[in-house]
Amino acid sequence: MNTTSAIEVFNLTKVYGCGNTEVVAMKDVNLRVAKGEVIALLGPSGAGKSTLLTAMGLINPPTAGRIVIGGVPVLDGPQPLVNLRAFRRHHLGFVFQKANLIPFLNAVQNVQVALEINDVPTRHARHRARELLDYLGVADRAENLPDALSGGQQQRVAVARALANEPALILADEPTAALDSHRGRQVMELFRKVAHERGAGVIVVTHDQRALNAFDRTFEMEDGQLST
Amino acid sequence: MNLAAQDIRHNLGRFALTAVGIGLLLMIVLGMSGIYRGMIDDALVVVDHIGADSWVVQRGTRGPFAEISRLPANLEHRLRAVPGVASARSFVSHNVQREHRGKPLRMNVHGLAWPEDKGEWVNLIAGRPLSQAHYEMIADTSLGLELGEKLVFAGDTYTVGGVTKGMVSSGGDGIAFFTVRDAQAIQFDLSGEATRLERAARVQRAVGQDIGRAQPLLLERGAGLSSGLPALGPPMVSAITVRLAEGADSGAVAKTVAAWPDVSVHTRDGQVQLLVHGMIDKARRQLGLFRILLVIISTIIMALILYTLTLDKIHDIAMLKLMGARNSMIAGLILQQALLLGALGFGIAWCLGAWVFPKFPRRVLVAPEDLWGLAVVVVIISVLSSLLGIWKAMRVAPNKVLA
Ligand SMILES: Nc1ncnc2c1ncn2[C@@H]1O[C@H](COP(=O)(O)OP(=O)(O)OP(=O)(O)O)[C@@H](O)[C@H]1O
Ligand SMILES: [Mg+2]
Repeated sequence: MNTTSAIEVFNLTKVYGCGNTEVVAMKDVNLRVAKGEVIALLGPSGAGKSTLLTAMGLINPPTAGRIVIGGVPVLDGPQPLVNLRAFRRHHLGFVFQKANLIPFLNAVQNVQVALEINDVPTRHARHRARELLDYLGVADRAENLPDALSGGQQQRVAVARALANEPALILADEPTAALDSHRGRQVMELFRKVAHERGAGVIVVTHDQRALNAFDRTFEMEDGQLST
Repeated sequence: MNLAAQDIRHNLGRFALTAVGIGLLLMIVLGMSGIYRGMIDDALVVVDHIGADSWVVQRGTRGPFAEISRLPANLEHRLRAVPGVASARSFVSHNVQREHRGKPLRMNVHGLAWPEDKGEWVNLIAGRPLSQAHYEMIADTSLGLELGEKLVFAGDTYTVGGVTKGMVSSGGDGIAFFTVRDAQAIQFDLSGEATRLERAARVQRAVGQDIGRAQPLLLERGAGLSSGLPALGPPMVSAITVRLAEGADSGAVAKTVAAWPDVSVHTRDGQVQLLVHGMIDKARRQLGLFRILLVIISTIIMALILYTLTLDKIHDIAMLKLMGARNSMIAGLILQQALLLGALGFGIAWCLGAWVFPKFPRRVLVAPEDLWGLAVVVVIISVLSSLLGIWKAMRVAPNKVLA
């Protein structure tokens, strides 16, 4: 991907429902995030932040507009231009407010599965998963099922999973909401590190005003419209 | 890493319980075919062992295994005169149910053509064949009688001189072997009063008929022993078994005998076919339908449990899709669980059956081809039952993770 943009979106619009239940959640959003850049998406509840994030994550196709990730046009309106699932597998990492770990897999396996989805051989995947957990400071709980982990530990495993395939774009929806401020700052620093070391673009939806200095740029969303 | 195995470990109790349930159902499916095979085996025991080349029976009937057949005992002598016949023996077989040691004793009384047939062929496991013309019997172990045990039938005391194994009638009752005379005595046992009444009635019938008036001697005889009155019938036999001489033309013998107006002839294979297709056929179809029902029930139960296991994982499946997992991985997860469930059920059915079936009152015979057949059926129902869960999993959208 020989471009300096991690992601570019053009005139993104999303309309939920139709007729008199119609909700315009996002309107003519244009955004460009460079590789190695960490940006924040702020705004009141219902502003359309999650809608924008999931559209960029290729799991909630927009009604209109174009999405180009790493120089590859992937969506034209609701029309996929590539195999979206394969694209997610190779290039995207997700973190949500909830960790969404798979309950029947232990911590290492939860990271390992992301690698195996990407056809990394089991042994290698296991090794790499351990490294990532170590990197996130939860190596000592590697064999525990998610139920036995604290919320913060679960979230760090989820972050490890999002980083596993070295994605070009990391999308995080309120990733620190369930963490204390110290842990929250740690996760944010981690995102910065990944962005700067690996040239990934990171987009974080946050309500946390105190952590804003961790971002290269911040955007405000209001009534489906984006402003800096 | 195998997701299916990990998930099963997490849901071990539920999975194991389902496997046991499926296993029990499959065991019954296996048992039903075993019961059918056992029935055929039981039914053919006598036909297989008695060593007859053909069966001569009452004209127009299908022989003693299919329906009542009555022949005069002296037909035996007539058959011995046919060229090519090496031996002809009376076949007497009927069921009796008597009280013995305070419990009902149900057995199939089988007459041996003493003295030619002493019961050397009956698969003895203890004792010896019959050694005298009267008052001895050979009993199958399933009757629970011991060597030397004494039983009273028709006022006479019989001693168990030999014990056999696996000799049961097509109805599943153990066979007791007697001489033909004894077997008939047991069959036609009448009380003294009944005999007197029958003789009086016989005389009355004769008086009212032309023959009684024309032959007054008949009235005198009628009041006496039955054996003195061949016209009114001595005890009869069910069939005569015929063994052909070495090199005899079975077709020619059959043709000769079939030409007699009072009998029909069946070959040994004919009797086997009559047994298998006649009396057992309904049971076979009955068991077959039950098996089909059980297979359908097993499929539905499996489908249901796999569906609920999938529903429990729907959020995780959405997460896997979000991470970009291929459909084949997700379908494989469900299919592997289905196959594992089926395989476990099959194993349980097999082991449990091997333990339980020998304890059944009637023979349950599991043939290797039944096991293979069941294995194929299990694979098919596993695949079918996983379809519902797979269909559900395929429909879930990755953004369900956020719900
Ligand atoms: N699936 C949906 N169907 C209909 N309307 C929806 C759907 N998802 C979101 N909306 C609407 O779209 C608008 C934007 O929602 P969105 O979830 O993007 O807001 P948000 O900025 O993420 O809010 P929050 O900070 O509370 O998470 C809201 O008015 C919401 O009600
Ligand atoms: Mg939101």
